[in-house]
Amino acid sequence: MESSFNLSWVDYSIMIIYFIFVLGIGWALKKHMKDASAFLEAGRSLPAWVTGLAFISANLGALEVIGMAASGAKYGMATVHFYWIGAIPAMIFLAIFMMPFYYGSKARSVPEYLKLRFDEKTRGFNAFSFAIMTIFASGISMYALALLMNTLLGWNFHMSLFISAAIVLVYTYLGGLSSAIYNEVLQFFLIVIGFLPLVIIGMVRIGGWDGMVEKLAMNPMTEGLQHSWQNISPTHPMGSWIGIFFGLGFVLSFGYWCTNFLVVQRAMAAGSMSAARKTPLIGALPKMFIPFLVIVPGMIAIALLNSGDETFHLPMKGDSYNYDLVIPMLLQRFLPAGVLGLGLTALMASFMSGMAGNVTAFNTVFTYDIYQSYIVPGKSDKHYLTVGRITTIVGISVSILTAYVAAMFNNVMDFLQLIFAFINAPLFAAFLMGMFTKRTTGHGAFWGLLTGTFSAALVHGFTQPAGATSLVKGGWTGTVLKIFPSEMVQNFWIAIIAFGVALVATIVISLLTKRTKTDEELKGLVYSLTPKVVDTSKHWYQGPIFLAWVVGIIAIVLSIIFW
Amino acid sequence: MGLDIKIPIGMMFAIFGAILGIYGLATDGNSMYDISLSVNVNLWSGIAMFVFGVVMLLFSDLMKKKVKE
Repeated sequence: MESSFNLSWVDYSIMIIYFIFVLGIGWALKKHMKDASAFLEAGRSLPAWVTGLAFISANLGALEVIGMAASGAKYGMATVHFYWIGAIPAMIFLAIFMMPFYYGSKARSVPEYLKLRFDEKTRGFNAFSFAIMTIFASGISMYALALLMNTLLGWNFHMSLFISAAIVLVYTYLGGLSSAIYNEVLQFFLIVIGFLPLVIIGMVRIGGWDGMVEKLAMNPMTEGLQHSWQNISPTHPMGSWIGIFFGLGFVLSFGYWCTNFLVVQRAMAAGSMSAARKTPLIGALPKMFIPFLVIVPGMIAIALLNSGDETFHLPMKGDSYNYDLVIPMLLQRFLPAGVLGLGLTALMASFMSGMAGNVTAFNTVFTYDIYQSYIVPGKSDKHYLTVGRITTIVGISVSILTAYVAAMFNNVMDFLQLIFAFINAPLFAAFLMGMFTKRTTGHGAFWGLLTGTFSAALVHGFTQPAGATSLVKGGWTGTVLKIFPSEMVQNFWIAIIAFGVALVATIVISLLTKRTKTDEELKGLVYSLTPKVVDTSKHWYQGPIFLAWVVGIIAIVLSIIFW
Repeated sequence: MGLDIKIPIGMMFAIFGAILGIYGLATDGNSMYDISLSVNVNLWSGIAMFVFGVVMLLFSDLMKKKVKE
């Protein structure tokens, strides 16, 4: 490939120092790993700012960084909907309304909450699908990292894969969840500090925001990309207002941020109820500004291309640009040796913590919700600590296998991600009904989940995004009733319908079946049966409610400014 | 959880800052900075990172223990 990087000794020393710190953190935490709770739940002892930064960092994997820059180049500021409307309201809801049940119930995982609130089968369904999903996500991260190192730096694919897996294995094996969380915090600062010079220099080069707007307008196809809402219409690739509000902003976003154990686990590791509730809110503060680090570079790249700047080029893929290379190409264009190493290290760090986040979430769910529940219950704590450790090794080994599956069969991965998307869409319906009404039964939740998943698959079978070439994209029933402007819009509508069906099914089946849990058993799990949480913060401005208002208002102000 | 995260964060960024800062000084005026619009981006981000690292360390448990003694 024409665009290889030439790294100097400074770049390599930064990478090596980073790896030494990553492993050193694991080493330093090793002596604290005395019981299963310390290893799998970080002993519920971390301060809110640490869990808060880990909360968003676990989601800020490199695939996210690269994907958001690519999306920024294609759709411009409309991509911020994945942040402002597509994350902030859900994070506020999780903090204020849901965290009291997750944290207060003493459940050790999201599937365990489902077991306490509903029944065994609902927990099993969630635990198994989550375990498989995280292993694949971790494998995909690994594959993408090795591929990127291979194309950019010319490193051997297999060597990159095994070294990154080995590093993640060592630090999660030694320090468990705490180690993963600490490294996510480190990665957060590294991404911000590593990408900031790129954004600043790129912005100066194109003449600031106004210069960028001017250069975007040079091509009718990219004119107005600086607006987040103005261009939204039913023919826009992001779809209509309804799709964005309900599909992305409500179903998908709440389904992800409020029920995905990968992120919820970070909040559950906090040291107190107040810290647990503040976790998503503290995470939301930087989250709102991450678009400027990851989406704006995509727009800078397009502005540079429009202006005919010959010093910057973006390789082609088929008959359009290879948008996934926006970040690497900008790093190469603007950063000299030194800060270049820092930027690349930040990219590697985010791949590795993406892996580690999935592996630690997998560990907890496997050990508590699968092994302890179905395979070998009733053993000593020491036993489960050992199992947790072994699960780390097994989990990473299986991830390596899935990385090779991803390398060989791209379609298999697309297909699996599709199935997981179907499962996730109705999940929030079960939580919403279960947490806020005591009448919802285990049968109602379980069959609601299944009918929701099934209807998601059905909607997918009858619809297609424009220009679909494969059945993985939809229309597998052979009859296409509706063609959406893009895959994103299709996903939003699948989510809306699946959620609606799951909600109705949960209500109807709950009313037809008997309650199996008494009011006493549901105490701490259902809104109406739980004493209201009294926040223990010394001052009102330190509590979660005030923070939630601040976060909400900033998000609205940002949306208006970048209207 | 036993270890104050501010210590490794502070140490790592102080080291990164020192390396990039010194490297920036040594390569000041070099044509390698043509691509970054003639700004010595190593020197400036080195200084910023060094300050960030030191501030983290100042607020960490490392300093609290010393004050108590």
